[in-house]
Amino acid sequence: MSAQLTPSQHLELYYFMQLNRQLEERLVRLFRQNKIVGGVYSSLGQEAVSIGTAYALEPRDWLAPMIRNIGTLLVKGFKPRDIFTQHMAKYTSPTHGKDGTSHFGDLKTLHVVSPISMLGDLIPVMTGVALAGRYLGQNIVAMTWIGDGGSSTGAFHEGLNFAATQRAPFVLVLENNQWAYSTPVSRQVPLKNLADRALAYGIQSRIVDGNDVVAVYETSKAAVDECRAGRGPILIEVKTMRMKGHAQHDPAEYVPKEMFEYWKAQDPIARYEKYLTEQKLWDTGKKSEIDARIERELDEDQKFAEESPMPPPETVEQGVYCEGCHTIAADWRRPKKEVMPPAASVEAVWKVADFGGFGAVKPAKSLSSGSGNGPQPSSTEPAKAETEQEVPLRVPFGRGPKDRAFVRETQEKTPQVTRPAKPFHKGHRGKPFGKEPHGKRGRR
Amino acid sequence: MPEITMLEAIREALFEEMERDPAVVALGEDIGVYGGAFKATEGLLAKFGPERVMDTPISETAIVGAACGMSYLGLRPVAEMQFIDFIACCFNQVTNFAAKSHYRWGAPVPMVLRGPSGGGVHGGPFHSANPEMYFVHTPGLKVVYPSTAYDAKGLLKSAIRDNNPVLFFEHKFLYRRIKEAVPSGDYTVPIGKAVVRRKGRDLTIVSYAAAAHTSLEAAAALAKEDIEAEVIDLRTLLPLDRETILASVKETNKLLIVHEDSRTGGIAGEIAATVCEAAFEDLDGPIARVTGLDTPVPYAPTLEAAFLPSVERVAAAARELAKY
Repeated sequence: MSAQLTPSQHLELYYFMQLNRQLEERLVRLFRQNKIVGGVYSSLGQEAVSIGTAYALEPRDWLAPMIRNIGTLLVKGFKPRDIFTQHMAKYTSPTHGKDGTSHFGDLKTLHVVSPISMLGDLIPVMTGVALAGRYLGQNIVAMTWIGDGGSSTGAFHEGLNFAATQRAPFVLVLENNQWAYSTPVSRQVPLKNLADRALAYGIQSRIVDGNDVVAVYETSKAAVDECRAGRGPILIEVKTMRMKGHAQHDPAEYVPKEMFEYWKAQDPIARYEKYLTEQKLWDTGKKSEIDARIERELDEDQKFAEESPMPPPETVEQGVYCEGCHTIAADWRRPKKEVMPPAASVEAVWKVADFGGFGAVKPAKSLSSGSGNGPQPSSTEPAKAETEQEVPLRVPFGRGPKDRAFVRETQEKTPQVTRPAKPFHKGHRGKPFGKEPHGKRGRR
Repeated sequence: MPEITMLEAIREALFEEMERDPAVVALGEDIGVYGGAFKATEGLLAKFGPERVMDTPISETAIVGAACGMSYLGLRPVAEMQFIDFIACCFNQVTNFAAKSHYRWGAPVPMVLRGPSGGGVHGGPFHSANPEMYFVHTPGLKVVYPSTAYDAKGLLKSAIRDNNPVLFFEHKFLYRRIKEAVPSGDYTVPIGKAVVRRKGRDLTIVSYAAAAHTSLEAAAALAKEDIEAEVIDLRTLLPLDRETILASVKETNKLLIVHEDSRTGGIAGEIAATVCEAAFEDLDGPIARVTGLDTPVPYAPTLEAAFLPSVERVAAAARELAKY
């Protein structure tokens, strides 16, 4: 099932997940010692999401993390010292103390866009990244994350809708960790599966067990490949659980104890360790070796951060504007003349499929059949296909014999959408984490 | 040199910049096939194709967000707000995402956000606004508001070539009403530089956009009464050209500020404070201002006329000030 991953990649996934967890545990200790300036937003229990998704990207691809995606930054190439110094507001941090936590990035080499605290705004931004990459011929994919709560924002809708109209090579990971601060997902979204939001945009969606790193990786890799092939954007709902409060100050007493116990048994690292042992991908010697490496790296970077100075006050006014400190230069991977006249010139007219009549609307039956779990062949076709459909000459009222015949005829002509034969996340090995068995999720 | 309108000058700048640099792309609502609500982008799509001229959904947040993302890959997107009033819909993207990007993590956002603004065309409360001061109050942005066709072309070119997010306000009252000789080739007008439109010894009138024309008309009327007003057109509101204002006030010793934007929190307050800080000893009279009222821009022509700073109001304020 995990044929795509080599043994050393399997171990790398473990390394990153454990590094992510150990790093955050140290951040919590530093927080208690009053060495962290702001908050610590734990991703305990969600490490497989950050690691499994980001691991599917190539170095040329772009990502933008959300607050609980420190793991994605490690996978992309940032070092623990960057995370330590950011949280401690040190001058040596990537932002030189101007911002904290995961709020940093790198345009030139790592291709990471810094988040802002407002939820959803990265979705249109990463859509822009994806479109620019396509325009420049870079063949990149852009990825960002959003929580169950963040999927209720207007920016989520505007961004994903725009990405869908442009067929942008963009993967949106909807990290359903059950809680938006103190509010359960049921009060945020009236859907069993948040992946169903994809229906509204006519894009593909997937659902995956977020505590199974291999399943997360495989789903993400397939989605990234789909997007690179021009069949994006794709929404992946990752079901997982936030095992701590919103941040360190929050004891999360609003979460039922049993819920924590249920998910504790699903701990992504414990599950993956068991898997590696069962699959004979490592032994205790190898595990100790990796753990020791993590300990060593974290010791070194934490020391560096603790010994680093705070930013000098006189730097406060620096960098509000780019005053020649940066050179703006696009990395063209296609001939520029393709986007210049006369090659780029077109006839500026619209072609309207079916003139907006009933012929353009698919029967309600086929719309509901593509729910949630799998590829939706009808909706993934580019809009072009619709222009080739026959245009009905009359609008059926649907009552008289003539109209009934017309409706029947139209339905026969419309290609029927077949449901996917099996659930997408066939690679899932763990116990079901919802009440329903796998494969039934996504059906309403 | 051919005489063209401000609208044609803006269009010319877009064409020339897109021809000069394939990194320049345009996006917005109805800017492609339709050519924009005011036809500022007419003909762009036919020449440069749908990859560079994107008709977007009605999603201001998506438009500005996508422009930010494009700029991170080295493009220079020019995003249009169909009316600048709708910039309120993407306030977060502009003020939190684009404006803070370079300060927070050193990522420049070479983006232009342009759109028709201002009143005088009976657009009502949602198609007449002057929301520039929300953004003048936002470090990291640049705010440009030209009053002539020549400046509009030169400043738009500078805005597109700037490495920072530039908000480019186009006063729709001026779009087709002013016509002047504009060079058809390449030239730029620097951002952050005001210009003295009329020399005078008795008082300084600082203004911008349509109100600059109102001020010039008032100055012409005052000249008949032997009051010589110096008129400064700010052209850029952020960064503000404090030097030009101070240099003039030090000569005339009196200052009147005129803007169409509402009074409270308008740029007149900032200019007045600047002059009090740096040239208080040079003032022979109180700093005066003529502005739009502290109301939304009303719909009825009679109400709108009462809202807008008129030549009469500007001349009256100048006469009072000249008495000191």
